[in-house]
Parts: sequence; C-alpha cells; structure tokens
Amino acid sequence: MFELQKVEKKFPGVHALKGIDFTIKRGEIVGLVGENGAGKSTLMKVIYGAYQHDGGQVLVDGRAVRFHNPRQAMDMGVGMVFQEQSLIPNLTVMENIFLGFEQQFVHLGVVNWKKMATAARQQLDKVKLSIDPATVTSKLSFAQRQLVELAKVLTLEERVQGDLVILLDEPTSVLAKEEIELLFSLVRDLRKRASFIFVSHRLDEVIELSDRIYVMKDGAVVDVVDGKDADVASIQHKMVGRNISKEYYREEKQKPFDAAKPLLEVDGISLAGRYNDISLKLHAGEVLCLVGVEGSGREAILRTIFGLQKPHLGQVTLKGRRVETFSAAHGVECGVGYVPRERKIEGMVGGMTVYENITLSQMRNYSNAGVLEIARERGLARDWIKKLSIKASSENVDCANLSGGNQQKVVLAKWRSGGSDIILLDHPTRGLDIGAKEDVYDMVRDMCGAGVGIILVADTLEEAIGLSHTIAVIRDGEIRKWYDCPPGGKPSLYDLIHYMT
Amino acid sequence: MLAMATRFAVPCPWEKSVENLLTRDNLQKWAPLLVLFALVLFFSIANPNFLSMRNFARISILSTPALMIGVGVTFIILMGSIDLSMEGAVAVCAVLFATMFTALGGSLAGWGWLAIPGALFVGALFGLINGLVHVGLKIPSFMASLSMGFVGIGLSLLITGGDRIRVEDPLFRSLLTYRLGGFPVMVYVALAALLIAGFIQGQTKIGRNFYAVGGGEDLAHASGLNVPRVRIIGFVIAGIFYALGAMLAVAQIGIAETVTGRNLMFVSITSVVVGGTALWGGAGGVWNTLVGVLIVNVIGNGMVVMGLPSYVQDGVLGLLVIIAVYLSTDRRSLSFVK
Repeated sequence: MFELQKVEKKFPGVHALKGIDFTIKRGEIVGLVGENGAGKSTLMKVIYGAYQHDGGQVLVDGRAVRFHNPRQAMDMGVGMVFQEQSLIPNLTVMENIFLGFEQQFVHLGVVNWKKMATAARQQLDKVKLSIDPATVTSKLSFAQRQLVELAKVLTLEERVQGDLVILLDEPTSVLAKEEIELLFSLVRDLRKRASFIFVSHRLDEVIELSDRIYVMKDGAVVDVVDGKDADVASIQHKMVGRNISKEYYREEKQKPFDAAKPLLEVDGISLAGRYNDISLKLHAGEVLCLVGVEGSGREAILRTIFGLQKPHLGQVTLKGRRVETFSAAHGVECGVGYVPRERKIEGMVGGMTVYENITLSQMRNYSNAGVLEIARERGLARDWIKKLSIKASSENVDCANLSGGNQQKVVLAKWRSGGSDIILLDHPTRGLDIGAKEDVYDMVRDMCGAGVGIILVADTLEEAIGLSHTIAVIRDGEIRKWYDCPPGGKPSLYDLIHYMT
Repeated sequence: MLAMATRFAVPCPWEKSVENLLTRDNLQKWAPLLVLFALVLFFSIANPNFLSMRNFARISILSTPALMIGVGVTFIILMGSIDLSMEGAVAVCAVLFATMFTALGGSLAGWGWLAIPGALFVGALFGLINGLVHVGLKIPSFMASLSMGFVGIGLSLLITGGDRIRVEDPLFRSLLTYRLGGFPVMVYVALAALLIAGFIQGQTKIGRNFYAVGGGEDLAHASGLNVPRVRIIGFVIAGIFYALGAMLAVAQIGIAETVTGRNLMFVSITSVVVGGTALWGGAGGVWNTLVGVLIVNVIGNGMVVMGLPSYVQDGVLGLLVIIAVYLSTDRRSLSFVK
C-alpha cells in the first residue's frame, strides 16, 4: 500500500539515498536499521514529507504522490512519532494531541474544551493510557509522553481515509524494559489499524518486533531480512560489513583496578526526590557503572559528584578532601570531568573550534594574566587529534561540523588533556554508530590504564556489563545490589534486570 | 557554523580554490565589507564630493563615539545578552567627566587629566551595577539595562540640573582640532581602543569566555566556567568603552549634557547587527562592529551629501537593520523565532 521505487535524494556533495526500493503492506511492521549516516533519517524524512525525493517514485495505493511538507504526508495517512520528544511541554495533553487540528472543536471562534477532552480520552484509550487529558505535558514521564505522541499520530485514523503508516523513530531509547514491552504489545495490537516502520539502534528489539527488516548501508538498502530468521550478528555484519567480535567491549583489556587508591568516596548522600543514602567508592583504574531505569536517580548522582547539585545529606570526598562547596568550577578544579548525555547542550560548543572546545575547561593553564597562549592551545589540540584519531581536517575546524563520534572524542580530549582523573560518562555512546562506539570503548580502557576512575551510565545493559569492574544496580534512588565484574565472571542481563525492576 | 563564518579571527585559507571561497559561509562572512565598498562606490558616483579626504575625515569623526559604544555592546551581544543602558551611561560619564575636569582646573596640562581615568572608573562602576542587577537579581539583561539607562539619564540631570557643561580646554579639544594625516587625533584614539578590544576578544581568556557563554551557556557552566562572573565582567568592560565614547563625544562638541548620549543606542546596536554579529550570541566580534559603524555613518553622510532630509535617513537605517538581521540569520537552522 505504501511503496518507494528507486527513490533518490542528493544533497550538495552527498548522495544520501541511492535507488531505494521499499514496500510496506497493510498491517505490517517493518524494521529499518543501519549505522549512523547510512541514510535512515533521510529516508524517513522523505517518507513523512520533510524532504522531497529528487528521483524515483513514492506510491500510496499505487498512485504516485509527492509530499511537499509533513502536513500533506499526514493527510495521506503517513505519521511520524519523533525520537526527540516533540510535544510542547507547557501545553496540556489534549492540546498537544490536537495541535494544529483544533478547528474541529471550535464553535464561533471558541474552543469547546469538553469536547476536546472527550476526543483526547478516546485517543488515549487507543494507547491504553489512563491520564487526565488536561494534564500539563511536562508532568508526564518519558514513557507516558511517548505514548501521547503515538496517540497524537493515531488521530490520523479519524481524519484520513484509507490506511495509516506510522514511523517510530528510536521509540525505546528513553524507555525502561517493561515500558518497552508495553509499547511492543501495543504496536502489535495496533497493526489492525496501521502499518509501522520501526527504526532503532537496538537490533534485538527490531528483530523481536518486525515482520521484515530493511538493512541500510551508505545510502542504499543492502538487504531485506525476514523477521523470523534474522539474528543480530548477521544484521550487524551487513550493516558494517564486518563481524562484531566477542572483544567488542574490550574485555581482554580490562585490568584489575588499584584498590589502594580511592579517588572518590561518597558517603550516605541523599537528595529528596532523586536518590537516598547512596554510598560508593571509586578507585584509580576502575569503571563503576550505575545501572537502573530512566529516572532511577543515576544522572542525579553524577550531577552531584560533579558539583552541579548539592545533596541534602551526606558527604562527598574527592581525593581525600571533603567537598564543602558544590559547584561545577570546584569539581573541575578537583579533576572531575563530566561528559553529559546531551553533547549539543552541555558537551561542546558548536561554533567554536576544536582547540577552543578542548581548552574550554582549562583556560587557566593556557593563559598568562588573562592573555591566551593560542599557539600552545593549538599544539595541544593537534596532539589530541592524533592521539584519539579524531577525524577533523585541522584543529581550527568548527566542532558543529564533526560527526557525533568525533564530537564525543573532542569532549573526552577536553577532560583528559586537562588532567581530569575522575571521568563521569553519561550515555557516552548514545547515537553513535558501531565503529565510533568501539573507539569510545577503547578510550575507556586506555583511560583506566592511565589510572583514571570512571563512573559510567551506559546506553545499554550489555555495554554496562562489558565495560565495568563494578556495577551498582539502582532502583528508586537506592542502590539495591552490587556486582563485581571481572572478565569471565560477569553478571548476566537477567541478574541486573531482576534488581532494576 | 554561522559562528565561524562571521569571526574574522581565523585567517582565510588562501590556498583553497576560488570555488571554495564562494561558499555561503564565506559570502556571509564578508558580506558586510562588500556592502561597505558598494555603498562607498554608489555615493561616489552619485556625488563626486563624497569621495574626498575632508568628507572621509567627517565620517570618521562622526563614527568615533558610536564605534566605542558599539564595541562595548558587542561584547554583551556576543554573550547573547543585550545592553540598552548606553545612553544613560554616556550621559553620566560625560557629565561627571566634565564636572571633574572643571573642578580639577579645567586643563589637561594641569590635574585635569585625572578626569579621564575618573570617567573610565565611572563607566566601569556603571557597568558593574548593570551586571549585578542583571546577574544578581536575575533580571533579563534587556530590562535591567533599559532601567539602568533611565537611572543614568536621571542621574545626569540631577548633576547638571539640566545645564550644559562646557569643556573648552584647547589641549583636550585638540582631540578634534589637531589633525594627523588629515584625520583628527580622536580617530587614532578610537582605533587604539579598537585594537585593545580586538585583543580582548581574540587573545584573552575573558574574550574566549564571551564566545563560550554566547555559544552554549549550559556547556560553559558544565566546563567549570563561572558564568555569572563572565557576564558581570562583560558589562564592566562595556561600561569602560561607553565612558571612552562619552569622552570622545564631549571632545567632538565641547559640551557635556544629559543629551550627549542621545541616539547612540539605536546607532550602536544597528552598527553591531549590520556588521554581522549574531543577536543570539557566539558569533561576530569587534571587527564586524567597525564595518557596521562605517556602513551606518557612510549611509548617513552619503544621504546628507546627496541632500536627502534626515527623516529619510532614520527610515533607511531602520530598514537596514531588518535587512541585515534577515541576511545574517541562517533560517535553515532556525525554525522558530520568538
């Protein structure tokens, strides 16, 4: 019912889509996978009307169509559930659901809120969400917002003649395990009403949910796999053109840490509503992983250790000295480096060059009476570009033009070059493709070898297990279970999930 | 990417081919300068009198106070804030400068020179209060500085009682009257100040901090920068440049009064924006402001030379700002504007 034939898309200098053939039948769930930069997002944008194809055909029920904007695509039954939360946080749930389509509830210029609430409730029922439609969206959890977005797209059902195609872009990335299960059963239920295109980095989930899986590489579909006989390893192989070995997480390079050298001691800290009575120790060369579902308090603990948030109770000791003032400046001074999840917001300044970003946290060491020693800054940046093999043509390149993996390397170079030896990594591999992930894992091992202590909030449980020396499982702001993870003696996914939920 | 486009700090890579030079970024980067040349060319053709040393000197004299104010506010805009206090700041600095100057004997040759550091101090203090109100009380910069501007106007009226203070010391006035190579000394003073501003912008920690705060405040904070301090220092530096502008304005007309700063707010902010500094911070700089000030004054002067009335000039300047902001905004990356 929805089909792409030999679709082409070119940007200046980039051939983003090369003759894509793509079909989705009524009630089908189709997976779409590929490394970052393989062309997935471009393809999706063509499908939901944000981009226009410049070759080939888009067919709906056999008729060639051309969407000039997402609104037109929606009128033809194609809707998108966005990866980044696209709901407006200060509006209510029902206002968000009917945003742009309020006209149906307007009588003589006045909105009939009751009518809208009833209609919204009907939409929310479809996704089995029982919340008051008048709730302000910012009060909802991530999972609830995801469902509201789905409900919003499902309003197409009433508006559009014919069948729906719904794109799900990384819908599970902010969800906890049981929420994912809920979403999946919901999607399976909804296939009576719509077809789904499911885009995700998590191959196991794609395989679990999809009838067919399109594998993309370098702007082309390299294979279409039947969901039943798909397995992760072979798809990964097709995506990257190489096998992911058992050494993916660099376990062979995991060395025991130095238990005699504690870098950080946290003693019974509590922050109301975030975490409660947390105690932990981090040693030189150790990777300590905080595992828990979204909202379990992992990030809040990191922020406190860095100094962004003062705990109500308890104390933090950095290298033998008790922390009195909680500020980012003090954390940096004590050698703590924070690599936040949102690279664009707290990780690096787009618009500044590589060398400017690298010395941002340590300008004191590269200035004399307030005057910068730019030649030295550049030298430092050149060293680190080489050391971490950052793909940048020079240290003068604008960081905003680097790929995600290389931006992450710049952020790590910033902290390591400044001599930080306590590094807090919050989802360091989020949104990176497999090659770039491996680079990050290498860097983690190298840092440990150099006596750096790392606290990690991993993107996936496998990553947490693979990289850690020690795992603390957190639920509802409290540490429920500790695991030692020597190579060969690592806990299983099941062990962790048992204490997480 | 816009940021680098408008920062002149990085030299143009000449080894690249002409094709590479004609990119959108490069066009955006050099557009203000091209506009300036085009304007000079246009007015020269429209009226040959425009293209004379005397006229250029006239333009440069008119430009100097606005350049100093513009340079000051450039630092603020680089941080993504705005400062609307310049008219009040200039009034206070000018009036206090003249009062001190007169009280100290009224001559640069005597103790009167002390009024110069005195005025700079007043400007710094004014900026400090401005910054403290903005950062300490968490009042948006545009509101804090707008209010401080009114406070300054009121303060200067209080000091002068509405009178004009004449500054007739020949040595001080020689800033305007003594010429080197056709241009009065004040032009060289302003250029020296501009070089210092360029140094602050490109070579110092605080200058880098301005760009960091403007480019990503959260990130600057998470990198351990003391963002409130950076902001306050920014306002102090701006205040010092306002004081310089005030003194040059006094030297220009020989009179200090409450209205000395009149019209400088619009002209200076227009210049910054027309020069290509982004209103949301992180991109641009004082060299852009120099080009912007010249564009604004060349237009003003050119229209006078052509004999157009002054209300036309105001209208043209207003349009110019809209066009400049339109051209300098990368609308591909900016879907909504508040």
